[in-house]
Amino acid sequence: MTSARRADAIVIGAGIVGAACAAALARDGFQVTVLDRAFPSAGTTSVGMGHIVAMDDSPEQLALSAYAQRLWHDLAPELDPRSELDHCGTLWVAEDDAQFAAVRAKRDVYAAAGIASEILDARALADAEPNLRPGLAGALYVTGDMVVYPPGATLRLLDIARANGARVRSGEEAVEILPNGVRCVHETYHAEVVINAAGPLAARLTPGLPIVPRKGHLAITDRYLGFVRHQLVELGYLTSAHVMTNESVAFNVQPRATGQVLIGSSRELVEWEASLNRDILAQMLRRAEAFMPALGELSVIRTWTGFRPATPDKLPLIGPWDAVPGLWIASGHEGLGITTSLSTARLLVDQIVGRAPAIDPTPYWPARVHSASAA
Amino acid sequence: MTQSCDVLVIGGGPAGIAAASRAAEAGARTMVVDEGASPGGQIWRPKLTGHQPSVARQWLARLAASEATVSPRTTVVDLQVSAPRSFIVRAERSGIPTIIGARALVLATGARERFLPFPGWTLPNVFGIGGAQALLKSGTRFDGKRVVIAGTGPLLLPVAASLSAAGAKLLVVAEQSSRARVARFAAGLWNAPATLAQAARYRAGFFGAPYSMNSWVVRAEGDDRLRRVVVRVGTETRTLECDALCTGYGLVPNTELARLLGCVMRGSVVFVDADQSTSTDGVYCAGEPTGVAGVDSAIAEGQVAGLAAAGRASDAAPLRRVVSRRAAHGRGLDRAFALRPEIHTLAASDTIVCRCEDVRLGQLDRGWSARQGKLYTRAGMGPCQGRICGPALECLMGWSADSVRPPVFPARVRTLSSPAKTGDSAETSERNHDAPA
Ligand SMILES: Cc1cc2nc3c(=O)[nH]c(=O)nc-3n(C[C@H](O)[C@H](O)[C@H](O)COP(=O)(O)OP(=O)(O)OC[C@H]3O[C@@H](n4cnc5c(N)ncnc54)[C@H](O)[C@@H]3O)c2cc1C
Ligand SMILES: Cc1cc2nc3c(=O)[nH]c(=O)nc-3n(C[C@H](O)[C@H](O)[C@H](O)COP(=O)(O)OP(=O)(O)OC[C@H]3O[C@@H](n4cnc5c(N)ncnc54)[C@H](O)[C@@H]3O)c2cc1C
Repeated sequence: MTSARRADAIVIGAGIVGAACAAALARDGFQVTVLDRAFPSAGTTSVGMGHIVAMDDSPEQLALSAYAQRLWHDLAPELDPRSELDHCGTLWVAEDDAQFAAVRAKRDVYAAAGIASEILDARALADAEPNLRPGLAGALYVTGDMVVYPPGATLRLLDIARANGARVRSGEEAVEILPNGVRCVHETYHAEVVINAAGPLAARLTPGLPIVPRKGHLAITDRYLGFVRHQLVELGYLTSAHVMTNESVAFNVQPRATGQVLIGSSRELVEWEASLNRDILAQMLRRAEAFMPALGELSVIRTWTGFRPATPDKLPLIGPWDAVPGLWIASGHEGLGITTSLSTARLLVDQIVGRAPAIDPTPYWPARVHSASAA
Repeated sequence: MTQSCDVLVIGGGPAGIAAASRAAEAGARTMVVDEGASPGGQIWRPKLTGHQPSVARQWLARLAASEATVSPRTTVVDLQVSAPRSFIVRAERSGIPTIIGARALVLATGARERFLPFPGWTLPNVFGIGGAQALLKSGTRFDGKRVVIAGTGPLLLPVAASLSAAGAKLLVVAEQSSRARVARFAAGLWNAPATLAQAARYRAGFFGAPYSMNSWVVRAEGDDRLRRVVVRVGTETRTLECDALCTGYGLVPNTELARLLGCVMRGSVVFVDADQSTSTDGVYCAGEPTGVAGVDSAIAEGQVAGLAAAGRASDAAPLRRVVSRRAAHGRGLDRAFALRPEIHTLAASDTIVCRCEDVRLGQLDRGWSARQGKLYTRAGMGPCQGRICGPALECLMGWSADSVRPPVFPARVRTLSSPAKTGDSAETSERNHDAPA
């Protein structure tokens, strides 16, 4: 699989985005070194939900996530049990007739992007998910969506990178990005290609990147196999994710391979304040109970928070950073980075080696930041 | 359901009972919550057979005579500081969500057993001391059963005596510490004659069996249940056919609630001053979470904490000497029964180290941190949240405890989702409820 020996590449960050970039670069023949200030999957990747989802907040987001969905299907045979891949699909749940009308429009948008989906009426929805409350209008069933365990998938991607010659260094913090190099505390690394995949911390290394932490809460239950069968998301989720209000919650519930139920999700802009906000947690759980009353009786064993790397236009930053020779950015994936890690890596590597990418890469170019501030 | 009080005592063991009695007698509106069906904690919980020691009867009567409200079957799952000296406590009472507001807290949450993995430790009929005591308290007979007791510390003695009284044939009581250390500790008890006398009484209770120092269980063997244990006695290795193995490797203080509040720790115990006050204003701590030192210490500390929480710390002066003497005793215990290095290396690569998630030692890498072990293998991710495997992994891998997150015990979704109706927080949270639309 490995092609001709290419230049050296350094990936800063061993989250899922960095791991996907490392695997793609190494497979393409680059001599890859991955640096992480902590250890693989120490950051946002260890606190996210792991829903591989085609998301249509904007045409650009849909293009990137639809491409990602295909790449996850291609990767599936190479994943191992640690990745906990589950082809459960997504049900976008409509509460009333108005939302159900939106389901049809959503199906057409997905179809145009090559994403298969089916409309479920109220009956079919109740059959698919008996624990949802009665009286819901229906749902859009996106059959190709999946669920993974993000830290497991990250380890697997790093194994693929290692099998193609990559080195992974834990406890190695990048202090400064240089032209064609990275200065760490004890050592300076030189390479033709440097990728900033430091997740929500990327802007610390590349000032000017418009990335802010957007906090989320999650709660996980004990094991209740079969209680939830698909990833369930309310149709209103996109509004909640799109509008950069100070806080919002949405019904977003996930079946884990273990039989556990992972309950999300919330969004808050509170800088790096990591402590649990009991009011937000309670609102988020009440929202989930409003859709699934029986959920109230399940036992929660742990709650936590995490920070999504958010950008003002809700699109990630993927592409060259012209101010620093050799530097490429792969960050700002907000709540979709598990999904779009694979498409990010492919887009990036195609551009680095000068191959035509499968989708138009320009909407994700970090250069838009300058044009935005110039405008 | 919402309630409020001046002093909320969490834990109804000896420390909590003493704290609640003193706080209520001092005039504070006092409530004591405990998971059990009635107050008593680890050692004073009512038994089906036998009778309570007089000190237990005295304190249980004193609590009953006080104005303190007792809330049994109540598990605290989360707590937070809502304003200075104002706390919101989330609990489940027989499964019903309950919110309690309090001006001061006494954390008297006791300790749990330390389990150390060795080959065969998960076989049926291998118990911890707590498991053995539960069987004894439920009236189980052990007539003619061949039992091995192994581990460390003074807790082995009462279990040995009770098992013997219940008809068990004790093959050996194996104490891993050395004769010299245990003797030095016993010599230090000259000023605690009651403790020595009690130890002698327990020893008399299983006189037929050897109490063997420098001894430990290397592994347990069996099929559908335990058949034999391999014991190291000094330099010799012996195989003993037996029906049950009871192990006890000391206690781990329950410090989760204190850590959730951000109280300063000193090593594995909660740091307290002479008033049993933690670093968090209005939060007091008594009994095992401040250091495992036994029931007399728990009672003395509980009294100080209860008085201080009720604003009457000055009345606690006479108790402070007892507290510091008993704390010295606790440190002596730690030294005398420190685990020998061999105990840390008993587990084999296929020995289960995390029972909730079925993780074996061989899956773990010494170069990892506890957090990596958890993320990569699920060790500590189960319902016990590392309460059992955490101390074991600390011992085997040198990994320190992961952070504490609510709920400290598994709690229903609706317990965590019910609005906290104290202060104005409920109002704000309702206002934002429809945010996603
Ligand atoms: C609550 C929540 C739910 C989510 N649910 C989903 C979901 O269902 N589906 C989905 O697709 N996405 C989801 N996400 C989003 C997803 O988790 C993130 O977009 C993704 O993990 C980002 O990955 P990353 O590799 O960019 O960042 P990270 O995982 O944070 O990785 C960055 C790495 O860089 C390292 N690093 C940082 N600075 C330096 C430095 N100076 N030197 C060296 N190393 C450094 C860090 O240690 C870290 O390991 C969710 C996020 C949250 C918070
Ligand atoms: C398994 C075991 C066996 C022991 N055997 C003996 C023995 O034989 N002899 C002896 O002298 N000592 C024994 N001890 C030690 C003895 O229990 C202590 O020395 C003494 O009880 C200390 O009192 P305490 O009040 O600090 O703790 P405890 O007696 O443990 O009381 C703490 C109480 O708090 C409750 N609690 C904890 N967390 C919460 C929460 N979040 N919400 C509500 N309630 C909570 C617990 O259920 C418990 O009832 C044993 C301890 C253990 C763990």
